Amino acid sequence: MTSYYEASARERLHALLDKDSFREFLPPTERVVSPHLVQLDTPAAFDDGVIVGRATLDGRPVLVAAQEGGFMGGAVGEVHGAKLVGLLERARDEKPAAVLLLVESGGVRLHEANAGLIGVSEIMRAVLALRSEGVPVLVLDGGQFGCFGGMGIVARLCDAIVMSEEGRLGLSGPEVIETTCGVEEFDSRDRALVWRTVGGKHRYLLGEADALVADDIAAFREAAIGLLDTTPDLSLAALAAEHERLGARLQKFGALRDALDIWSALGVAKPEKLPLLEADAFNAVVAGKRA
Amino acid sequence: MEKLTFEFFGGAPVNATCAPALVGVVGSGNLEVLIEPAALDGACAIEILTAARGFGETWRAVLDDFFARHKLADVRISINDVGATPAVVALRLDQAVEDFLGGEK
Amino acid sequence: MDVKILLKQLFPAGHDVAFDGQFFHGTGETPRGKVAIIGSIDAAPIGVELAFRMADDVLKIVRDHPGRPILLLVDTQGQRLSRRDELLGINGYMAHLAKCLQLARNSGHRIIGLVYSEAVSGGFLASSLLADRCYALPEAQVKVMNLPAMSRITKIPLERLQELSMTSPVFAPGVLNYLKMGAVHSLWDGDLSERLAEALDAPAEGDRRRQWGEEREGRKLARSVSERVRHAAS
Repeated sequence: MTSYYEASARERLHALLDKDSFREFLPPTERVVSPHLVQLDTPAAFDDGVIVGRATLDGRPVLVAAQEGGFMGGAVGEVHGAKLVGLLERARDEKPAAVLLLVESGGVRLHEANAGLIGVSEIMRAVLALRSEGVPVLVLDGGQFGCFGGMGIVARLCDAIVMSEEGRLGLSGPEVIETTCGVEEFDSRDRALVWRTVGGKHRYLLGEADALVADDIAAFREAAIGLLDTTPDLSLAALAAEHERLGARLQKFGALRDALDIWSALGVAKPEKLPLLEADAFNAVVAGKRA
Repeated sequence: MEKLTFEFFGGAPVNATCAPALVGVVGSGNLEVLIEPAALDGACAIEILTAARGFGETWRAVLDDFFARHKLADVRISINDVGATPAVVALRLDQAVEDFLGGEK
Repeated sequence: MDVKILLKQLFPAGHDVAFDGQFFHGTGETPRGKVAIIGSIDAAPIGVELAFRMADDVLKIVRDHPGRPILLLVDTQGQRLSRRDELLGINGYMAHLAKCLQLARNSGHRIIGLVYSEAVSGGFLASSLLADRCYALPEAQVKVMNLPAMSRITKIPLERLQELSMTSPVFAPGVLNYLKMGAVHSLWDGDLSERLAEALDAPAEGDRRRQWGEEREGRKLARSVSERVRHAAS
């Protein structure tokens, strides 16, 4: 077992993809760094915190991106965002089997806030344009910094999201909510609460994530391979069906206070035991109960 | 930020087909090290951008030790540092050289 | 600008906009035909219900009024900050709205965004920034975050941020920064109904914001870096 959570972005890519198949675009030797960090006396990274390139997965051509959470929380700045947009546009030209996004990001990089926000918006448009042309975009989410802010919206624009229990997916981080609304609203230091609210197991049960895997790069790889033949569907019928589901979620769960109540409402007999289960055991217990 | 540059001479040339290597991450207490072949008339050039000012002498000592371990010629080493300790710096440098010479991509 | 005055100026030939809490919607008459309107007032925080409501409208427009342009008039202070919204998956509801707008786009509907008051962060991402083109009134307030909060989180002294924001559009609040960086196509003043007509006539040409950002020198790298990745040798 190789922990996805502990690995760097580069380590994840090399372990996930077919051996020796990865070729990086704009590698660190090109030194395409952020032009904005130096004026804020902040260190830059040679790849601006995101690695983009091509590879094969199970022999099939893919375009891939991996965000490095260790650099500024994986947050999106001008160059970082542009690399992702360029990759998605390349996918429209090349039509790979899929685009894989190994997401780990707090969202917009505040040091370049406006460039980051616009960059995220451009990523959103690029994902939607790409999927409209039939290329699936798959998200893997299992890193320390989670997938928050604008990247949390991007993730849900994609065809599927694979999460580990360690992964988190949301919009506003618990700390931001606590700072603004008080600890009564969200105690960001209550780790169990945080993971019940935005963690992989809850996201899977709620229907936000499509697979819950162990914290093991091989498990992520297997799940990604299984999703390679996904066909994007942005038809009226598909979106109307999604609209039904999202409306039903508000109706059924809108008044519930905690994820335990939601899991209970989904028919899980002992919801408090779910956080303790390994991925295989968890999946067995919740089989057929996912929203 | 502080920029530091060092040059070392008398090293042995590496295989010119060695692919550039990158190790590490630009995070607190950490650094990234990029190592690549370069036509430098035999020099080993090391350039550091560091968030921790005033440690020039410490860097010199660490790099002297490093060059004693790995006498390389015609390589450029570029570092983005966020206050890593000498031990972590030495570790990353060794990892970078290992990847570089080992041909790991 | 008060939204009722705005609507009058945009649609001198009339409109039937109805308000429901912070949400409003309706149809406006223009020389180019009817335009669907979806909007919000009072710097509405966008939570799961409001995002869902807007998506509902978009789907109805696609289903019942093929080809009808959609005008987004969203006034927002950003995403609603609450544990409940996170629990229920607010990012998913915003993404759903974005997908519905893409469906509309793919079905031939023009989508125009006009920031008439506030546009902030996640709320902005889930509304006006999803348009084919985003426009703004000169008095619009557009931002990711206030400088004092930014200073607290980044640990960069406020004075430094304030000083830099005089010469750099890259992080500070301000609609002119967003204009310079290419996110806002242009500011609307004068006869707003004419501005709207021009917007309806503008070609649907994909996302040109990086190009505008480069031309205006607000974002000098985004276009070229994305092109380099797109065309890099394999």
